[in-house]
Amino acid sequence: MIRMEGVRKSFGDNHVLRGMDLHIPKGSSMVIIGGSGTGKSVALKCVLGLIQPDGGRILVDGKPADSGDRDAFLARFGMLFQGGALFDSLPVWQNVAFRLLRGTLKRPMDEAREIAIEKLRRVGLKSDVADRLPAELSGGMQKRVGLARAIAAEPEIIFFDEPTTGLDPIMAGVINDLIREIVVEMGATAMTITHDMSSVRAIADNVAMLHDGVIQWTGPVADMDASGDPYLDQFIHGRAEGPIEAVR
Amino acid sequence: MNPIALLAQLGRVVLAALAALGRLSLFAGSTLSHMLRPPFYPREFFSALLNIGWLSLPVVGLTAVFTGGALALQIYSGGARFNAEAVVPQIVAIGIVRELGPVLVGLMIAARVTSSIAAEIATMKVTEQIDALVTLSTHPMKYLVAPRVAAALITVPLLVAVGDVIGIAGGYVVATENLGFNAAAYIKNTVDFLEVNDMVSSLVKGCAFGGIAATMGCYYGMKSGGGAQGVGAATKSSVEAAAILILAANFVLTGVFFSL
Ligand SMILES: Nc1ncnc2c1ncn2[C@@H]1O[C@H](COP(=O)(O)OP(=O)(O)OP(=O)(O)O)[C@@H](O)[C@H]1O
Ligand SMILES: [Mg+2]
Repeated sequence: MIRMEGVRKSFGDNHVLRGMDLHIPKGSSMVIIGGSGTGKSVALKCVLGLIQPDGGRILVDGKPADSGDRDAFLARFGMLFQGGALFDSLPVWQNVAFRLLRGTLKRPMDEAREIAIEKLRRVGLKSDVADRLPAELSGGMQKRVGLARAIAAEPEIIFFDEPTTGLDPIMAGVINDLIREIVVEMGATAMTITHDMSSVRAIADNVAMLHDGVIQWTGPVADMDASGDPYLDQFIHGRAEGPIEAVR
Repeated sequence: MNPIALLAQLGRVVLAALAALGRLSLFAGSTLSHMLRPPFYPREFFSALLNIGWLSLPVVGLTAVFTGGALALQIYSGGARFNAEAVVPQIVAIGIVRELGPVLVGLMIAARVTSSIAAEIATMKVTEQIDALVTLSTHPMKYLVAPRVAAALITVPLLVAVGDVIGIAGGYVVATENLGFNAAAYIKNTVDFLEVNDMVSSLVKGCAFGGIAATMGCYYGMKSGGGAQGVGAATKSSVEAAAILILAANFVLTGVFFSL
């Protein structure tokens, strides 16, 4: 469904992506791992067109991502940003229901609010946070509101940038289950970035490791432990010694 | 420095200025086109009306009343040097309506509105809220920029009108209370003296300055980057640019209205 072919992106002389190839089949859950600063977030933003790649192709359903109706294209996506990116002037429920309050998916106000509260419940938040402002929530709560916003309009394709970072282990488990459920029950295609290896095992169908601007290894999650790839091995076991330098 | 290098330096500065002007014009053009095409965001528009118009009234009123009062005192003492104290009502009226009303309101709006728009949008930019808007199928130019600029185009002329009235009233109070002018005669002199053209110029300037103030805030906000420092830089540049462009536009508009 999503195919990246030789995608390149540099910021000045910082060559972040150097020919990234990746394929995510429809209805599957891809998890991207890789060291901090290797360009995982940049890769997601390239697919969404928030960052223009310098080269290569990105195809969604076989069509270039930057062709055709941009509104229709974006309406298929949900995105959880690494920093949450909640609108701090709007109360929590209006953040979650943002898409349902305007544009083509517009619903009546009370219906949108109901959906927002239901989505908040699914990410483990009580309905009393609905009328608070994002700044009044803890970091982990903000992250979960961002997650609720990403899934609110039930998009076909969902990108999660570090969904469980900053959450306690129980909440992380809840979120892992939720992501799995969205993929299995709603048939969504998911692309998740995470550093948390237990998350990887919980939500991935396939895993890809980004290193040095290219996909160093990709395959089904079951093959991850026996890959024989020294980079992947170092990463999943969190060893300081290995081919990946600790200072980057 | 040799003359060639100097010339090259000068050329670079001119080119950079022209490029900035070009980007700004493109931004203003795109704002205008988004303002005219749906979808519209009425809630954003009304909240901008409230912020830019209603909530600026106290600042505008205070600026105008003190300026009008001081102007009356200055003209009285200056006029006394050649026995022309009697021109206070006329000069206060023309000074406020043609010049000081629009300029001071414009500068206060640059201080109050441009800075807050720039800081707000720049913060949204650096915290990825602008990216989030895009992924939620909402065009930032339509949702953030167009409503603010439209609200400024409508409310700032009204603020200027209010400022004009309050400024003249300030002059009136000082003239009648402290300088011994007759109240009825002061009002009659003011009303008789002002021409339609004076008031039209005041409102047109207000509209132009409002547009400049809001557009500069949005422009620098949208192109900001780089964390808290970026937000600070965007705010500073936006107010500087708005103030200078307002004063330059004032000069041009004054020329257009009164020297033809
Ligand atoms: N807008 C930008 N301008 C300049 N450089 C950028 C920009 N965005 C990202 N980069 C650079 O691109 C590189 C990759 O950034 P990215 O955010 O994708 O890392 P990441 O893999 O998501 O890391 P993390 O796991 O820490 O989130 C970094 O070196 C960063 O400095
Ligand atoms: Mg990242």
